[in-house]
Parts: sequence; structure tokens; C-alpha cells
Amino acid sequence: MSKTYDDAGSRRSPKFTPATKMGLSITLAVSLFGISFGALAVASGLSFWQTVALSALMFTGGSQFAFIGVLASGGAPAAAVAGATLVGVRNSVYAVQLKALLNPRGWKKYTAAQVTIDESMAVATAQEAPAEQHRGFWVTGIGVYIGWNLATIFGALLGDYITEPEALGLDGAVVAVFLALLWPRLRSREPWALAVLVALVTVLAVPAVPPGIPIVLAAAVAVGWGVISQGRERSRSPEGGAV
Amino acid sequence: MSLWTWVLLACAAAYATKLIGYLVPGRWLDHPLVTRISGTVTVALLAALVAMNTFSGDGGISFDARLGALAAAAIALMLRAPFIVVVIAGAAAAAGLRLLGLP
Repeated sequence: MSKTYDDAGSRRSPKFTPATKMGLSITLAVSLFGISFGALAVASGLSFWQTVALSALMFTGGSQFAFIGVLASGGAPAAAVAGATLVGVRNSVYAVQLKALLNPRGWKKYTAAQVTIDESMAVATAQEAPAEQHRGFWVTGIGVYIGWNLATIFGALLGDYITEPEALGLDGAVVAVFLALLWPRLRSREPWALAVLVALVTVLAVPAVPPGIPIVLAAAVAVGWGVISQGRERSRSPEGGAV
Repeated sequence: MSLWTWVLLACAAAYATKLIGYLVPGRWLDHPLVTRISGTVTVALLAALVAMNTFSGDGGISFDARLGALAAAAIALMLRAPFIVVVIAGAAAAAGLRLLGLP
């Protein structure tokens, strides 16, 4: 099914390449979370339009939940801004990754920035071919943007009538999404060791630091790992290919 | 300040943190070490997202139905299932375990 997409891309519509399919399935799962965001935001004291503005302008789920979480628990709005911003710091790391990978220019750079989120970064970096990396990023980023915003409106309007997405196992779907994107990279011992180390660091960091920061720590561990393994490899024969 | 001001301020900060990564000079990214690190960072970010989404609960670690989702997804991947099947396996495992009474 996926064998011929590369050369077929020029002749046929590239609509349903593996990266596109991934992006669309992720859009569906992640967007449904937008319903619970909309419902919770209104419940935490934001107006309908403030809720809509957060999804349209902030557009980074973790930060949005952090923002309304602080307000709902009676915190000051300034604390809500600080919390949301801290949770969003990982997006800077993603953006550097994506700049190296896709190097969007002009207005595309400013659009890419807005749709730089966990999912679009993950789908883009999980692809091998550059064309697929581009498609993966844009389909996931724009797909989730549209889905998340529509779902937010829906949730904000229906409020209390919405059931928890957990009952549908959507949080389990998100776990599966990221594992499926990581899986193809675990082909040798080194990436396995790195992945296990990072998962451990993340789990240990979660109770100790603010939300979102464990991901930044994970990136720091990986930078250290990259520098050390590069140094070691230079003294051996070139093995070709990064992790 | 009105709540609107804070909302817009938070949105501006979120956009700035995203944009800043794209404004890193391209020259910095040409070095071979950066290619190497970009590979390790990708694995690390994905592994961290798996761990976060499996274990992070209200202000700490929690062990719940999402562990079942992780296991189901891993089995599906070992059986070389297509992406969408893996995702559905994860959702079905979490939903099923919750029906059985797990948190």
C-alpha cells in the first residue's frame, strides 16, 4: 500500500501518502480533546469568545489547559499567563527541529510557527523522505488547527453536556500515536537506550518540575547524548546515519 | 487589567516561543554535529511524549488505563499493524480497561 507513494507522488494526487493518513488520523483523535477544552474553559470563567481566542491564537493544548487550570483553581491571571508560557517552552525546541528539517521561508515561516505543536513536530520528524516530512507537518498542523478550533466552539457551546474524552479512550489513542511515531526509529540498540533513558528522566521529572518542562529536559539529555556519541564515533569507523 | 488583556498576552507569548525557534540563523544548523543531535533529539522528544502521555496525572505520576493503551499499541506495532490500527488499539485498550473499572 505504501510502497509506491514516492514515485507516484508526481503523477497522482499526493493526498493519501502515509504521512497524510497519519496526520488525518491524529487530527481526529486530538481534535476531540478540543471539546473538553471548550467545555472546561467556559466552566473556568472565560467567556465564549475568550475560549475561542485561546484555541485560535494560543493553539497549544498543554498551555491552554494550564491557563484555564490556574483560573479554575482561583489563581491570578498573571500566574495563568506564566504557567501557560512555561508549558509552551518546548515549542521553541520543536521549532528549531522543524527549521532544520523544513526551513520554511517568508510567510510560511510565520504560519509554520502557529501550527508548531507536539503532533505536527512528531509526524514531520517521523518521516524519511523530505516531501513526506513537509506533508506530515502541514497536514497534521493545519488539520489539528481546524479540528481543534471547531471542537472548542462545540465544547464551549454545549458545556456540561459533554462526556469525558477519557471514556472513549482518547488519551490512550494519544499514547499510541506517539509510540507509533517513535517505533520505526528504534531499529538499533543506541536509540533504544536513549529512548529508555529519556522516558525515565521524563517520568522522574514530571512530579518535580512544571508541566511541559520534562520535554525540555528530555531534549537537553538528547543534546548531551548526541555530543558524546559523535565524539566517540569520530574515533571509530563511520557508521553512517544518525540515530 | 481585564481578563481579555491576559488572554491576549498569553497568546502572544505562546506565539513568540514558537516563532523564536524559526529565527535561529540557518548557519547554526549546518554543522554535522547539529544533524547528529537533531536525530537524538527527535528520538528523545518522541520518547518523552510517550512517557508524559502515559504517566503524567494531576500534578504527579499516575498509573492507569493508559498503561494498557501503551502495551496494546506496542503489541500492535510488533505485529506490524498499520498506523491507524495501532491508534485504535490504544484507544480500545484504554476504554476497555475503564469499562472494567480501572482509573
